[in-house]
Amino acid sequence: MEKVSFQIDNKKCEALYGQMLVDAARDNGIYIPTLCNMQGTKPCGSCRVCTVKINGRYATACTTPVACGMEIESETEEIKNIRLGLIELIFAEGNHYCPTCEMSGNCELQALGYRFGMLAPRFPYQYPDREVNTDCPHLIIDYNRCIRCKRCIRSIKDIEGKSYFAFKNRGNKIEVTIDTEMAKTMSKELANLAMENCPVGAILVKETGYRVPIGKRKYDNNMIGSDINATNTVKTEGVL
Amino acid sequence: MSKPIIATASLAGCFGCHMSFLDIDERILKLVELVDIGKSPITDIKTFTQEYDIGIIEGGCCNSENVHVLKEFRKNCKVLISLGECAIMGGLPAMRNGIPIEECLNEAYLDGPTVKLNKEAIMPNDEELPMILDKVYPAHEIVKIDYFLPGCAPRADLIWEALVALVTGNEMNLPYEVVKYD
Repeated sequence: MEKVSFQIDNKKCEALYGQMLVDAARDNGIYIPTLCNMQGTKPCGSCRVCTVKINGRYATACTTPVACGMEIESETEEIKNIRLGLIELIFAEGNHYCPTCEMSGNCELQALGYRFGMLAPRFPYQYPDREVNTDCPHLIIDYNRCIRCKRCIRSIKDIEGKSYFAFKNRGNKIEVTIDTEMAKTMSKELANLAMENCPVGAILVKETGYRVPIGKRKYDNNMIGSDINATNTVKTEGVL
Repeated sequence: MSKPIIATASLAGCFGCHMSFLDIDERILKLVELVDIGKSPITDIKTFTQEYDIGIIEGGCCNSENVHVLKEFRKNCKVLISLGECAIMGGLPAMRNGIPIEECLNEAYLDGPTVKLNKEAIMPNDEELPMILDKVYPAHEIVKIDYFLPGCAPRADLIWEALVALVTGNEMNLPYEVVKYD
């Protein structure tokens, strides 16, 4: 297959033609932070956390295929500040009570907050009034934590390829919903997969919880992205 | 030059942050070489006698007394630090923010499954009691806060590093493990 060459932060990179930028960067040992993106499913670019500057223009790295001669800025102060702002907005928009959340320590949103050195969001907390859905036999869906990344809609499907989850409403009232009739047929394995695929703690499996002790969870000691690009220096924004 | 003076307070919190503060263990001996501890539940000093340098706030504001104490701290401290998730975002007490206050009080004093002795259906309403607020507010929505130290509770190492950095003017050197939101 045809190869294309491009640059990320002045580092020369090569990738296969048609590869998405986040995947191409990963193959070249460069981590571009992502939240809604999931390897193996069609990207949708809803969270914008993977924003980069390509030849001076902003674009999401998960939905942009690489092309010859691209000059990409990723770890610049400007881009890092945009990404931090996006994470802060998500924290302020929902009810993200980390101390009470079962996914704390395994949560990608939280892990990105740690990576970007967020100590407190700069935006006012909204404290929205949202529900918890316990109608499904295997799942608890906590809308307080949902970030509308669409991962569950894109990846949790039945044998015919029909999605269990869907969006309802529009604009800032958009919400993920589940077909409760269909959910009765959902296997335990699929329910576990739904919980695993959810980047935050919005989808939880019933009858189990807090299985991994504090200190051994995914992001307790390892920064998100350190498996791709090992940097373990924390630069906290706005602290002392 | 005299030593900087620290004040601490626990508002709508569980005292966990103060416990974590004491978790600096023997480093507290080094701390008292660096600073004086003034008004604080640790020293049991109740009033401000002079201008303080650093105020440490645990917990958000859930009633009028919390607001009063917080404003006193802002008036008397040069630097104010929000310590822990409750001060930063309301924390566990803020989980009531989506529920009307009347419903909360009814559940606590009238309708709750463990309410048995309140036969006359008395709702606490003495003027000596602080007024409960419509919701729980983070400290920085009431007064200006200068620094934030997250965690539930914040790791002792984080508190120690932050205080030493603030007092000595050196940069903080934080390992990844100490800045956590839980």
